[in-house]
Amino acid sequence: MNRRELLQMIASVTGYAMIGSPVLMSACSSASPARGLELSASDQALLAEIAETIFPRTTTPGAKDVGVPEMIVRFVNNTYEDLDQQEFHNGLAAIRSDTLARYGQSFENLPAEQRAEFLNTLNQTALGYQRPHGVTAHYFIMMKQLTIYSYFTTEQVQTGVLRMLPVPGRFDGDYPYVKGETAWSI
Amino acid sequence: MEHNQYDAIVVGSGISGGWAAKELTEKGLKVLMLERGRSLEHVKDYVNENKEIWEFPHRDRPTRDMLANYPVLRRDYPLNESTFGSWTDENESPYEEIKRFDWYRSYQVGGRSLLWGRQSYRWNRMDFEANAREGIAIDWPIRYEDLESWYHYVEGFAGISGSMEGLDVLPDGNFLPPMDLNIVEKDVAARIRAHYNGNRHLFIGRTANLTESRPEHNRVQCQYRNRCWRGCSFGAFFSTQSATLPPAMATGNLTLRPWSIVTRVLYDKDTRRATGVEVVDAETNEVIEYKARIIFLNASTFNTTWILMNSATDVWPDGLGSSSGELGHNVMDHHFRLGAAGRVEGYEDKYTYGRRPNGFYVPRFRNLGNDKRDYLRGFGYQGSASRTGWSRTIAEMNVGADLKHTLTEPGHWTIGMTAFGEMLPYHENRIYLNRDKTDKWGLPILAFDVAMQENEYAMRRDMVFDAVEMLEAAGVKDVQGRDVGYAPGMGIHEMGTARMGRDPRTSVLNANNQVWDALNVFVTDGACMTSASCVNPSLTYMALTARAADFAVQELKRGNL
Repeated sequence: MNRRELLQMIASVTGYAMIGSPVLMSACSSASPARGLELSASDQALLAEIAETIFPRTTTPGAKDVGVPEMIVRFVNNTYEDLDQQEFHNGLAAIRSDTLARYGQSFENLPAEQRAEFLNTLNQTALGYQRPHGVTAHYFIMMKQLTIYSYFTTEQVQTGVLRMLPVPGRFDGDYPYVKGETAWSI
Repeated sequence: MEHNQYDAIVVGSGISGGWAAKELTEKGLKVLMLERGRSLEHVKDYVNENKEIWEFPHRDRPTRDMLANYPVLRRDYPLNESTFGSWTDENESPYEEIKRFDWYRSYQVGGRSLLWGRQSYRWNRMDFEANAREGIAIDWPIRYEDLESWYHYVEGFAGISGSMEGLDVLPDGNFLPPMDLNIVEKDVAARIRAHYNGNRHLFIGRTANLTESRPEHNRVQCQYRNRCWRGCSFGAFFSTQSATLPPAMATGNLTLRPWSIVTRVLYDKDTRRATGVEVVDAETNEVIEYKARIIFLNASTFNTTWILMNSATDVWPDGLGSSSGELGHNVMDHHFRLGAAGRVEGYEDKYTYGRRPNGFYVPRFRNLGNDKRDYLRGFGYQGSASRTGWSRTIAEMNVGADLKHTLTEPGHWTIGMTAFGEMLPYHENRIYLNRDKTDKWGLPILAFDVAMQENEYAMRRDMVFDAVEMLEAAGVKDVQGRDVGYAPGMGIHEMGTARMGRDPRTSVLNANNQVWDALNVFVTDGACMTSASCVNPSLTYMALTARAADFAVQELKRGNL
């Protein structure tokens, strides 16, 4: 990301820049204490199933295969500021209670179709969410973004799914592309 | 006992300081270059250069600790894991904001030459004449012709790639072969040319990245990794480390001393000359004096002026160069963070190979020829087109395998461009010393009182509107104009506060960048600027520095300094 790409970046995301993206962050937000809310082991277990529902294993690795749940915990614990952490923690609590109320089951015990159905409904809710002041986005946007970011920045996906080009050596601005080919890494 | 006598002292090791050191040492002077920050060796100290994204603990994103400790840096994009350590510690070196001012500093050998955007443009003839013609501030004491051969010289050595366009508004230079526009940018450029009858132009940016290797300088051409700001062992982009420091060192005439905070210029009121500088060692707090016949202040715009304000206060309470009443005044930056972006249909069978550290440029077209607006001066655009990657959010898509596979492939093409506008010099936009507040070393801090005015706000309406119109004229779909907000300083193109002029009563420096009140003190960084143009300023600092260094050595030989 550089300044030249600023507007393009903003245009390319539908609704939100990456949570914690300094570009769109409020300039006046106050300093946070070094440690905030910590996600627990059971939170990580739930997040693992949410992330795997967002990005399931197919011919390419799923979220759990490449350590996405661990990365989500690290991102939320270490990079999210207080109000976003609170939103995220509230979101996990809401998912727990909403799945119980709707299906009489915890999210982790739902079959794959119902997990997806639940999250897709949540996705629709998130799109129209009126976020409180100081909160960057609805908690499900956070979960989806963190899953996508964590997944595509892992070594396995960067080198094994996407096409890695550490030292291109030249630039070709008219390079052929055939549908089905994956994108370049970073 | 440390050797304390030199021919010349250069304060600062960034773009202009590096040039001063190179020019003065090559002309035979024994030079001491003082850098307030850490040492940073070419290649060896580029610790993040070859790390991949997964090797950063938070995948290059800022942590809570970083956000808490860098309340200024966090306001824009620079705070990340891959450049962490290159930015000034905000707790150690605070400043005061009477009005919000974003000051992005780098205290290290090489300074921001290791972090800069590398866009390199000449000013045009009109830029040097505009103040006089419009009655704004004061006239520049020099014209384009005074700088033309120096532009040629610094472009040749620095290595600026670019295309020859034959435009008065953006003079061509001594260029290496240009980088390429991509296929979408080429088509958009052609449509803009046709729509505006050849009066608006879009071409590849002029950048300080080599497009041909220079084995004689130990520099290899750009490898299209687009990670310049982590340091480049190929030496492909211009920095102090890759370009100006090696030849200066090779003369045997340069002494480089990091961790050396210059606290003041030593001034002899009888001879009306500087005799040297006082330094506090940033690590040991030891106070040391160094003597020299000439001094180049290249500490970066505001720190250069800070040194002047803290010097010769027994003669002038507001510091060396303050007799005009203009020291610290006329702060300028380029206002930006607005423009337009949209989606480009088609080109599904096209992609790019390599990561080009450069985009396109659209030179100024407002208030030129018969075009008259309700504001003065103008703006240029910088942008690029590309296919979106996995970071695109597809809000309406359901979660699951299809989402994952879709994001694994490149998305549609987008194009966007951001305007950079000229800010006028206003006397009331100023910095000053607050002696009641001090930094880690007990030194007074700077206070900033700077704001945009009506001319900038009026220009900003065009900066969005024209971008939307041009992209729509080029057939771009879903064009959105955006102003994401700007605070002074965010352009990181700080200028003014010790301006050049023709009259010591209204300017701090003369036409050769000498402080009127101490002719052996030269200021050739952004502080010297009398107006701002709308093009990126660093190339002009290089040219001014080389010119002033040449003049200084001639004056020494003539016995005038």
